[in-house]
Amino acid sequence: MEKNDLIIHLQDICFNYPGSPQVLDRLDLKFYRGNRIGLMGPNGSGKTTLFHIVMGLLKPSSGSIEIFNRPVKTEKDFIRVREKIGLLFQDADDQLFSPTVLEDVAFGPLNMGKSRDEAMDIARNTLNFLGLTGFEDRITYKLSGGEKKLVSLATVLAMEPEVLLFDEPTSGLDDRTKATLKDVLAGLDLSYIIISHEMDFLDEIADSIYSMDNGKILFDKEVHVHQHVHAHPHGAYNHEHN
Amino acid sequence: MIEELANGDSFIRRLDPRGKIVVVFLFSMVVASANRLQVLLCALVLGLLIVLAAKVPVKELVRRLIPVNMLILFFWLFLPFTFGGEPLLHIGPLAVTREGLLYATRITLKSNAMMLMLIALVASTPISTMGHAMHTLGIPQKIVHLFFFTYRYIHVIYREYFRLKNSMKIRGFTPKTNLHTYKTFAYMVGMLLVRSFDRGQRVHNAMLCRGFKGNLYSLSKFSFKKGDIVSVVFMLTLIILLGVLEWKKTI
Repeated sequence: MEKNDLIIHLQDICFNYPGSPQVLDRLDLKFYRGNRIGLMGPNGSGKTTLFHIVMGLLKPSSGSIEIFNRPVKTEKDFIRVREKIGLLFQDADDQLFSPTVLEDVAFGPLNMGKSRDEAMDIARNTLNFLGLTGFEDRITYKLSGGEKKLVSLATVLAMEPEVLLFDEPTSGLDDRTKATLKDVLAGLDLSYIIISHEMDFLDEIADSIYSMDNGKILFDKEVHVHQHVHAHPHGAYNHEHN
Repeated sequence: MIEELANGDSFIRRLDPRGKIVVVFLFSMVVASANRLQVLLCALVLGLLIVLAAKVPVKELVRRLIPVNMLILFFWLFLPFTFGGEPLLHIGPLAVTREGLLYATRITLKSNAMMLMLIALVASTPISTMGHAMHTLGIPQKIVHLFFFTYRYIHVIYREYFRLKNSMKIRGFTPKTNLHTYKTFAYMVGMLLVRSFDRGQRVHNAMLCRGFKGNLYSLSKFSFKKGDIVSVVFMLTLIILLGVLEWKKTI
């Protein structure tokens, strides 16, 4: 890979929450343009923390961060990062704060200096793209869980990021919404990292799957072909897993 | 809980929210400082007419007036007996004074008149529009933000409260008058505070990720139309009239 394609470069990142042991321990990560990575790992292994460090929401105790080949350290540096990298939070209620859907989706573009009309256009187009036509004036807190998730995705996509970081996007979603999400991801020309506990989901949308343990990322480059024998109710019928 | 009384269309609903806020503010100022019963009665009638024009369902109206009037009920229990003045009648060792009765009446009229106006305002204006209108009227950004976020997250906190309450219930908790109950409620309130604080932090982070720099931009454009000018001038005239009545002591 060329150096120009290196988007996120983390070196020797250490981090701990006050009064707690090290969450990230000399972590290294190189993320290139076009990468589609799934990230697995037990609860509390520092996956979310890693995302928050990339976005500049948490400051690492040591190590260096380079994004788009530029070192980022101060809040000012990160403001530019956030225009190019979008983060989808685990809980959609954290992400949606405006009274109406349209206002929430237009919030990012407005912050980026777009005019009122441009922002409204972008917001409408993004909603249409996600199949959320007609949601403009819906009240955000009255949406269902799946709708909330898709609208939060719209709020992030409206900023036209180059990279997306998804924090457990499928948690609490039914199969239909999950399928919609999968279709959307497949249709996007974006690089992304997705935290998920669902192997099946990651298998379909990620090119490689990394796992986190002991504050480090384990790069599992090889694909292991293996078969599972498993049992569950209704297993006697022919079926496929997705 | 705050629910929008979004009920259909009314003339008042289509008016510019800025005009409405200014009118309600001035009305409340005049009514709060007025003392003559005639003036207060006029204000109450005016409030009633406006609420009717805003097409607020009577049931909702009553539901919203009850809390205020519960408080006023307490004034009626104490004020007539404790206010010094000319005694009208005696109940046992207590004397009801004329001044006390008048005072309680005034409070009742004032608060209800103001509440009616406020209900008409809230019922005819979506909360988000109201926030943006406050902003364009020059109300400090921090207050507008507080207003917005309170509205948005009061539901989330309420749901959180409900979840906590249910989790207490399914483990057999029934409130009684004992230390265990007080302690449990204290834990619950503490938990709600901590969770709300955490939530606030996460929301702020999510906003930062979307380039928040301290400004909320409005998508709604306000335009002051002819109808707005006419209604604001009309209402201002009525309010000034109330003020003049109070001041000149005519009628």
